Amino acid sequence: MASSLTVKIWRGTDSGAFSSYEVPRQAAQTVLDVVTHVQRFLEPTLAYRFACRVGMCGSCAMTVNGKARWTCRTHVARVAREGEVLEIAPLANLPVIKDLATDMTGFFDKWAAARGRFHGSATRHDDFARVAPGSPERAAANAGIECIGCAVCYASCDVVTWRPEFLGPAALNRAWTLVNDVRDVAQTERLRAVAGDAGCHACHTQGSCTERCPKQIAPTLAIAGLKRKVGRAAVRGEL
Amino acid sequence: MSDANMSDANVAGVAQAKRWYWQRISAMVLALCVVVHLAVLIYATRGGLSAAEILGRTQHNWGFAVFYAVFVVACAVHVPVGLANIGREWLGLGEATALWLARAFALLLLVTGLRAVYAVVA
Repeated sequence: MASSLTVKIWRGTDSGAFSSYEVPRQAAQTVLDVVTHVQRFLEPTLAYRFACRVGMCGSCAMTVNGKARWTCRTHVARVAREGEVLEIAPLANLPVIKDLATDMTGFFDKWAAARGRFHGSATRHDDFARVAPGSPERAAANAGIECIGCAVCYASCDVVTWRPEFLGPAALNRAWTLVNDVRDVAQTERLRAVAGDAGCHACHTQGSCTERCPKQIAPTLAIAGLKRKVGRAAVRGEL
Repeated sequence: MSDANMSDANVAGVAQAKRWYWQRISAMVLALCVVVHLAVLIYATRGGLSAAEILGRTQHNWGFAVFYAVFVVACAVHVPVGLANIGREWLGLGEATALWLARAFALLLLVTGLRAVYAVVA
């Protein structure tokens, strides 16, 4: 016999309220399936964002029962047992456009502010750069390179809530991969951009970003690396 | 290597990075001081000590004086950085206000701490 699932979904912008819906409960049902069911059959005006449905694009992240998650890779059974209510809200720390869709402009602007772009010096006439796969720099870059920018870490970070100017885990993780890119030539500018309390030094190492990252990346580790590197360079007068 | 490319935010960031660095260094000193302090405390008071006996051991003991003076200075370096952060994040103070309040508190720590060290050594 098909049972039913009670789901509360945020409606509105930064001000709004949860609306309650009853959806059929099914085996192997994801939270994104539930949202899609609500939008197709119960609330056609519900706004939410998704694309790939398989954990590659990073666009369907929402707050599920209080924690930021990819809705497409979260089975309902994992977050709400039989008889429990499922609560779905937009990601925290980002302005809400409508319902479950947030404005991620600020999030990505911070990637740019952290100099999250590669600056090389080689041209097409130069030979390939040779980076030893086993070198410590390559290993450090590898550890953070798989980020797809879903903002789960950013929404989970208390420091972002307390200091809205804080660049956040994703942007700093990106900066750390580039700090370890031996081909990059904008290192001083990058270290300056991530220095201080708007940058890496405000992080309290609470580790929510690392715990919640669906890609098992450890931004906490990346930020710790940046703190040491920037702190040392600042004291030595290299910045 | 400061140059014209440094924005105000960069300058503030570098100053904050330096504060973080000194907080880290002072934390290392404090970790050692606290362990020694607790170990001596537990060892020395096993049989019970009177105030006169304590003063008898500490007066004119320059090793003791230097150790606790370092302890106090490390506190005065370490504490204001964290207090300023708490002021900014929990009380919503501006950076300058939080820093000056924290520095005033550090000065209080330094004066009262060194005065206490002087009192038991001199």
